[in-house]
Amino acid sequence: MNAIEFHNVTLTLGGRAVLDGVTLQVAEHEFVGVLGPNGSGKTTLMRAVLGLVPAASGGIQVFGQPATRGNAQIGYMPQMRGTGGGMRLSGWDFVAGAVNGHRLGLPLHGPRARAEVYRALELVGARELARRPVAELSGGERQRLLLAQSLVGRPRLLLLDEPLISLDPHHQGAVVALVKSLQRELGMTVLFSAHELNPLLGAIDRVLYLGRGQAAIGTVDEVITGPVLSRLYGSEIEVVRLQGRIFVMSGDHDMEHGAHQHEHDHAHEHGSSAGRRGGGHV
Amino acid sequence: MFEYDFMRNAFAAAAIVGVVAGMVGYFLVLRSQTFAGHALAHVGFTGATGAVLIGIAPLWGLAGMTVAAGIGMGLVGERLAQRDVAVGLVLALSLGLGLLFLHFYQSFATQATALLFGNVLAVDESTIWALLGLGLLSLGGLAAISRPLLFASLQPELAEAKGVSLRLYAVMFLAIVALTTAECAQIVGVLLVFALMVGPAAAAQQLTTSVLSGLLLSALLAVAEAWLGIALAFYSDWPTSFWISTLSVAIYLLALVPGRWRGASAFSH
Repeated sequence: MNAIEFHNVTLTLGGRAVLDGVTLQVAEHEFVGVLGPNGSGKTTLMRAVLGLVPAASGGIQVFGQPATRGNAQIGYMPQMRGTGGGMRLSGWDFVAGAVNGHRLGLPLHGPRARAEVYRALELVGARELARRPVAELSGGERQRLLLAQSLVGRPRLLLLDEPLISLDPHHQGAVVALVKSLQRELGMTVLFSAHELNPLLGAIDRVLYLGRGQAAIGTVDEVITGPVLSRLYGSEIEVVRLQGRIFVMSGDHDMEHGAHQHEHDHAHEHGSSAGRRGGGHV
Repeated sequence: MFEYDFMRNAFAAAAIVGVVAGMVGYFLVLRSQTFAGHALAHVGFTGATGAVLIGIAPLWGLAGMTVAAGIGMGLVGERLAQRDVAVGLVLALSLGLGLLFLHFYQSFATQATALLFGNVLAVDESTIWALLGLGLLSLGGLAAISRPLLFASLQPELAEAKGVSLRLYAVMFLAIVALTTAECAQIVGVLLVFALMVGPAAAAQQLTTSVLSGLLLSALLAVAEAWLGIALAFYSDWPTSFWISTLSVAIYLLALVPGRWRGASAFSH
């Protein structure tokens, strides 16, 4: 059985077709990297799998069932905004908020729920983060905590939306390695979206590349080629391989790195504002 | 000071409202919706003055109007990019309308002051029972939805994916907030609802990192500030609401100190 199946799916966002007649399958236990320029629909695709964005046409199936909201088999790690009063809470409380979070009643946790929280924290090696306020954690530590939160409820399919954003290359590598080992250990299917392919090389089984409403899925060698990417970007793309790294170039402009650079600027803003906040505590 | 009926009533009312405001306020601060709470209180002013004009108790006009506005705000949701502008305009219109209603009413000066700045020393026994009933309603509602509300507040996208309706809980929570602001207005008035709903909750969030201890500390601080404010007013003859709002700000500022001190020691290493 396939974990995810799209049959001629069109997804619209604000009247614009983000995906236009896309058909694809992701097999169970696959680790798929989801790439594409900003606005190409990486987040929308994940939200469609979660049943949060209905398909304008076509059908989406998850483990053989139509995609619906509240599917307990899917774990989801959204992009972290890092704002709000919740940042003062401890890592433990942050993760625990997701345990049976859809049920009515008081947010009290019995022994089984507590064991579930500790299991999730231990899986990502974040037990020592449990007592510290989220606001005082580094970017990498927060990503580990969010990953733990997405593992609550023991999902078979994990959707990770840009977990590498605002991390330096060293921490990026650590996150990819952690997700890879969890995927093997727990036998999960993983969709992992990113701006840049290189940190994912070696970990992913296949790559799903989105652009201009279309999608290409296959091995890195099949998809990351001049003709395929030229179709997705709508301009002449050249793929350059250098010492085990892959660069997607348009003329002499590095497409992925351009997008990534933009994220870096964001990261610096976040970093400096966090620094100011830290400074405020002095 | 406990030999006076009005003092005993004041302490009882402050205890009820303090617990409710502390706990509801905790979620209000957690969700960064404090401005909404402030605006709801202002809308309540219109309800209260309108109620006086047609001859019913201001508390019921206040509660009815704030709940209606709270539900309306929840339904409109966060899609409005200029939400602050919209809320601010509604707020101004409400106070303006309230003033008009007072204009038609005879003894408007004392009524206006009591509504705007509260008059806890004038609380009678029937008001205490009304506050208790409304308080139990607020806390009962909050207890019923607190788990999904917390999830939706901490991680809205994930909560939505797990089947939590963000809209539904936003509406229900703002209705609870509305009831609570109506209660707070009885103690500190519509303009100073922040003192009981936001000050203690914000201080508690600085001092604790777990939800349960935060909720309890917030309620404890709100009751303590209200009681101490009433006692200080009794001995100083200055207005109660002045003392409560001053204590609220002072305790919040004090709550910031441990974090700053920790930060300083961490940086010096």
